Amino acid sequence: MTEATTPLLQVNSIEVIYNHVILVLKGVSFSVPEGGVVALLGGNGAGKTTTLRAVSNLLRGERGEVTKGTIALRDERIEALTPAELVLRGVIQVMEGRHCFGHLSIEENLLTGAYTRRDGKAAIAETLAKVYDYFPRLKTRRKSQAAYTSGGEQQMCAIGRALMANPRMVLLDEPSMGLAPQIVDEVFGIVRRLNQQEGVTFLLAEQNTNMALRYADFGYILENGRVVMEGAAKDLAINEDVKEFYLGLSTVGRKSFRDIKHYRRRKRWLS
Amino acid sequence: MGFFLETLIGGLMAGMLYSLVALGFVLIFKASGVFNFAQGAMVLFAALAMARFSTWIPQWLGLESAALANVLAFLAAGAVMFLVAWLVERLVLRHLVNQEGATLLMATLGIAYILEGIGGTLFGSDIYKIDVGMPKEPVMILEHVFDGGLLINKEDFVAASIAALLVALLALFFQKTTTGRALRAVADDHQAAQSIGIPLHRIWFIVWCVAGVVALVAGVIWGSKLGVQFSLSTVALRGLPVVILGGLTSIPGAIIGGLIIGVGEKLSEVYLGPLIGGGIEIWFAYQLALVFLLLRPQGLFGEKIIDRV
Ligand SMILES: Nc1ncnc2c1ncn2[C@@H]1O[C@H](COP(=O)(O)OP(=O)(O)OP(=O)(O)O)[C@@H](O)[C@H]1O
Ligand SMILES: [Mg+2]
Repeated sequence: MTEATTPLLQVNSIEVIYNHVILVLKGVSFSVPEGGVVALLGGNGAGKTTTLRAVSNLLRGERGEVTKGTIALRDERIEALTPAELVLRGVIQVMEGRHCFGHLSIEENLLTGAYTRRDGKAAIAETLAKVYDYFPRLKTRRKSQAAYTSGGEQQMCAIGRALMANPRMVLLDEPSMGLAPQIVDEVFGIVRRLNQQEGVTFLLAEQNTNMALRYADFGYILENGRVVMEGAAKDLAINEDVKEFYLGLSTVGRKSFRDIKHYRRRKRWLS
Repeated sequence: MGFFLETLIGGLMAGMLYSLVALGFVLIFKASGVFNFAQGAMVLFAALAMARFSTWIPQWLGLESAALANVLAFLAAGAVMFLVAWLVERLVLRHLVNQEGATLLMATLGIAYILEGIGGTLFGSDIYKIDVGMPKEPVMILEHVFDGGLLINKEDFVAASIAALLVALLALFFQKTTTGRALRAVADDHQAAQSIGIPLHRIWFIVWCVAGVVALVAGVIWGSKLGVQFSLSTVALRGLPVVILGGLTSIPGAIIGGLIIGVGEKLSEVYLGPLIGGGIEIWFAYQLALVFLLLRPQGLFGEKIIDRV
């Protein structure tokens, strides 16, 4: 990516406060290029989900609010839009924990994803066929009530449902949560194909650093509501600190990033 | 045998109307998690609007045909109910997103009082009549099958048919249309629905409109039977035991619960009445509901929280 092209999504030092008092994001900045796969990494409570909600504007329903900073989609400010308006602009979030509609069948779940579309039944049917192509498991379970399908199938259903809106960008929150390793691989493999073949941009929030870095091209590491490190995924994957603190490759055991690197991080925030 | 069947059919027909009222509760509860205490007030308000418009409209337009006047009055009352739905969403629900169930319940209690107040002011508080030409005389059917045939109340029969038709239309609407599917999605998980771009405000407006139409039909039916007066708002109380029995989240539950209570009332009145004194009809439903609250609080068909990890 060259400096000249504007990124698809540009987030500039945002601050997020829940319930008017709980300051959760303390100046987070990052950008996502058109057609990229960008990962937001970090442990429990680092602020990954909050960051995604700030972009998709699902914060308001959680009594959260962006109090500082800017969020721009192709140079258009989007902080004040409703989630529905963002879906119309091609940005959709797949929530952490999948959130399928339990009493609806898999196919009905997928069809609800097309709610905002106005391009007609035929176009929607075409997208549905495409989603079934990417997720053949969903096709075999299309008549089942979503609540009774497996965790992997529900994750696929949640992603497929988002794809039904014909998005340009998917905010994918913790897709690996609670899934067996080979299912995680399958899901990430499909994400990669969607990215390469359909040109869908992904912003991925993951605790599973190892997996995420294998499939993303760029990563940001969040800790305590701040970006503490960023870089190309392949560089992060071989970075000693990342290895030690997030990939569990250390012999010393897990420590917080802040223990040793405090001085360096502080320098970064100030710069 | 003939007498038993007569009682049974009478019970089924009365039950269909209970189902209709119960449906009003279920629709709103499913889509927004709000137990709508104002359902009764909506029935009264809609019936008042219908009764007044059906006398005003012929005066305003100089109409001769009573049928046309009734149709226009029905449409006007429907429009009024849509306006109510819009105002409720705009002025109340929108500001209470994500609040506790108790807060929302209190809010609908407030809506009930406001509707009763405004209804009295706008439409007056006399007793009015709704005459939509319901047949009043009973008929005999199946005379060659039973000795003496079955005596059926035609008015109840028409009312039950209308209620059944409305219920069937609603079921189709929920199962087959895009909007109906979105309504069910919101009922299941409103956050997820929001995340895929379903605007909750619009959905809430739509369910309150639907509940308004249900209230209007119930109001017209009960109003033409009993006259439109303040006590009509307590008709909705009849829906309460039905939703307890059928489950607050189940549309089939509302229908079957209504039928069970209708039949139970009539049969117990006729067959138990002589043994333990009459008036069973009045408390039967509540007793049955009480038993259910003790034994099966989610109701016959209440949705299980499907929980799997
Ligand atoms: N609705 C809310 N109200 C108040 N505080 C919240 C809310 N949601 C999240 N938080 C707080 O914000 C902080 C960041 O949470 P967030 O969910 O963004 O973290 P995360 O990085 O997604 O963590 P995880 O990996 O566990 O999902 C946490 O301390 C959390 O307690
Ligand atoms: Mg999270």
